[in-house]
Amino acid sequence: MSGGVDSSVAAALLVQEGYDVIGVTMEIWPEMSEEQMAHQGGCCSIGAVEDARSVCTALGIPHYVLNLRERFHQQVIENFRSEYLRGRTPNPCIACNREVKFSELLRRAAALDADYLATGHYARVEEAEAGYRLLRAADSRKDQTYVLWGLGQSELRRVLFPVGHYEKPEIRKVAQSLGLRTWDKPDSQEICFVSGDYRQLVTEALPKGRFVDRLGQDLGESPPITHFTVGQRRGIGLAAERPYYVLELRSGENTVVIGHREELDGRGCIVEDVHFVSDAWPEAAFDCTVRIRAHGREAPARVQPLGAGRVGVSFLEAQTAIAPGQSAVFYAGDDCLGGGIIEQAI
Amino acid sequence: MIYLDHAATTPLDQRVLEAMLPYLRDQYGNASSVHAMGQAARRAVDQARGEVAALIGADPSEIIFTSGGTEADNLAVRGLPAAHGDVRTAIVTSAIEHHAVLHACRAEEVRGARLAVVRPDGRGRLDPAAVRQAVDDRTALVTVMAANNELGTIEPVREIAEIAHEKGAIMHTDAVQVAGQLPLDVQELQVDALSLTAHKFYGPKGVGALYLRRGIAVDPLQTGGGQERGRRAGTENVAGIVGFGAAARLARQEMEVRAAHMRTLRDRLWRTLCDLPGAERLGDPQNCLPGHLLVRFRGVDGEALVLNLDLHGICGSMGSACSSGSLEASHVLTGIGLDPQSAREGLRLTVGRGNTTQEIDETASVLRRIVERQRELMVSHG
Repeated sequence: MSGGVDSSVAAALLVQEGYDVIGVTMEIWPEMSEEQMAHQGGCCSIGAVEDARSVCTALGIPHYVLNLRERFHQQVIENFRSEYLRGRTPNPCIACNREVKFSELLRRAAALDADYLATGHYARVEEAEAGYRLLRAADSRKDQTYVLWGLGQSELRRVLFPVGHYEKPEIRKVAQSLGLRTWDKPDSQEICFVSGDYRQLVTEALPKGRFVDRLGQDLGESPPITHFTVGQRRGIGLAAERPYYVLELRSGENTVVIGHREELDGRGCIVEDVHFVSDAWPEAAFDCTVRIRAHGREAPARVQPLGAGRVGVSFLEAQTAIAPGQSAVFYAGDDCLGGGIIEQAI
Repeated sequence: MIYLDHAATTPLDQRVLEAMLPYLRDQYGNASSVHAMGQAARRAVDQARGEVAALIGADPSEIIFTSGGTEADNLAVRGLPAAHGDVRTAIVTSAIEHHAVLHACRAEEVRGARLAVVRPDGRGRLDPAAVRQAVDDRTALVTVMAANNELGTIEPVREIAEIAHEKGAIMHTDAVQVAGQLPLDVQELQVDALSLTAHKFYGPKGVGALYLRRGIAVDPLQTGGGQERGRRAGTENVAGIVGFGAAARLARQEMEVRAAHMRTLRDRLWRTLCDLPGAERLGDPQNCLPGHLLVRFRGVDGEALVLNLDLHGICGSMGSACSSGSLEASHVLTGIGLDPQSAREGLRLTVGRGNTTQEIDETASVLRRIVERQRELMVSHG
């Protein structure tokens, strides 16, 4: 329970349905100074613990704070930092879901003899003959399956997403009718741990880099590469007739490859660390739709298994700004089939 | 509800409450006022001071009332070196002190004091010889707890005090866990300063004291009115102090009976748990507070034990209570040499005067089921 509307209502709905509910909040931040606390909003802050506790009091259920600081630091913050240093654009929510919430937290929940771990994610799980399916939320605008692709069968059979069956306005109404004081709390930001500038987290004194074009021609000095992500236009600051965009980040050479808008287009990508919700590896290429960023559109594509946890994705139509480090997530209709981490655009 | 967390705090004794009530109702005078109401409050505070002094073999003038153990510890650690000139700036302490002492020591270190932290043995017992090595003629203060709050291990305070005095240092002990549980005598222990608090022995929260041997100066932490002989300004917490006095008197009168009862139940609890696979008692059974039992079931997370016990209506603890309510690996258990993972396996059950045999047996059987269930879950989830 993050103290926000969604997990609060999830708990309330389960209580209404007659489940024996235990509220838990993950403590993931190092002990902070007052100043740091003031800057921190987001998903699991200190204020969040107090909000979650008050919701549990209102629901008449126990509430515990579970210390997952070490795990979060290793698996999310360190991963985030090292990915940026490699010139990639990580999604920490996905790392958190895979390596903290639906692994360590799930284990801790099981240790409380809980049959399920419920969260406030907007997604649905359905049991079918072939196994558990991960389905888009009823409210497609709120759907969060993009950050849940790392879940497999052993997780899905033990998770509940109570709010995934409702539209967000309904959820707020439920929250209000229950008298939850958090009913109008704003939605949490995409990256919970960076309320200001994520670059604070990667502030190691990095050397400046060089801007180069596709052909390797030097275009001048650049800020450190961690200041950029693929597709970015802001902050390049080179005078040109047409605006420059970041095409690629080469951490080995410490260069930022820039070019014009049409050069951002890519026909496909190699995806690594691939996982399928069914836990089964496809035997042959298949067609599906693929999403390559949290708020992007899905695009029709063919997925070709390559082995060693990798697949090749070829889009029917070119996609813009395919960023290594982001997740590529595969869908068939409402089914989220799985996903992986973009290794490189092709 | 079965309460087995008496090292965290104890219930208020009904008799203590009765003693306090008049001072929460009609006897609301300020002990510093000259009129009859003020004088009545003053008399009550004086009487309580006498009771608290008697509990530890001190003179009433040597008792400084504070808001609790933490303030008493801070007053000692921060106020004693400051009052003793610039030559002696070093502090010697142990690795398993309560944070009230450790963090105060760290704060002094930041301000320039040299800090030596002595490590105990695997049972949490400090070796006086190790302390001797850490103390020198620059040492202003030696502060070592009388008994550890997590392990229950009783420390050789007198031997350490002798060492401190040989080198001309002041000796303070945090006796929060011992006061009211076992006989405590400042003359016998030869300490110069000693912290205690009421709520660990059936008194109210928010009141404690620092014993300070006559003739030893301390820099006050807070200034204002001249209360507590200028060493702790602020209007006295009269009702709290009265409760503290009443609790001290009852503890002194009933100490032997209480300790025998607690020891019997604690030993019974351990006897019924010790045959569980991987069960291990931590601390020093030969030198242990009467109500303390710190156990570990190898491989089973202490957090899971505490939370499952709570879900069964049994209050235990993983170590010392933490304000945020989350459970950290204990610095005491890492301090006695456990690795961080093992240090998270500790479960502290502390018996009190009100516990019954039936409660102990119920706890043992619930805990047995929980431990067995945790082992099953470990097998099924890897």
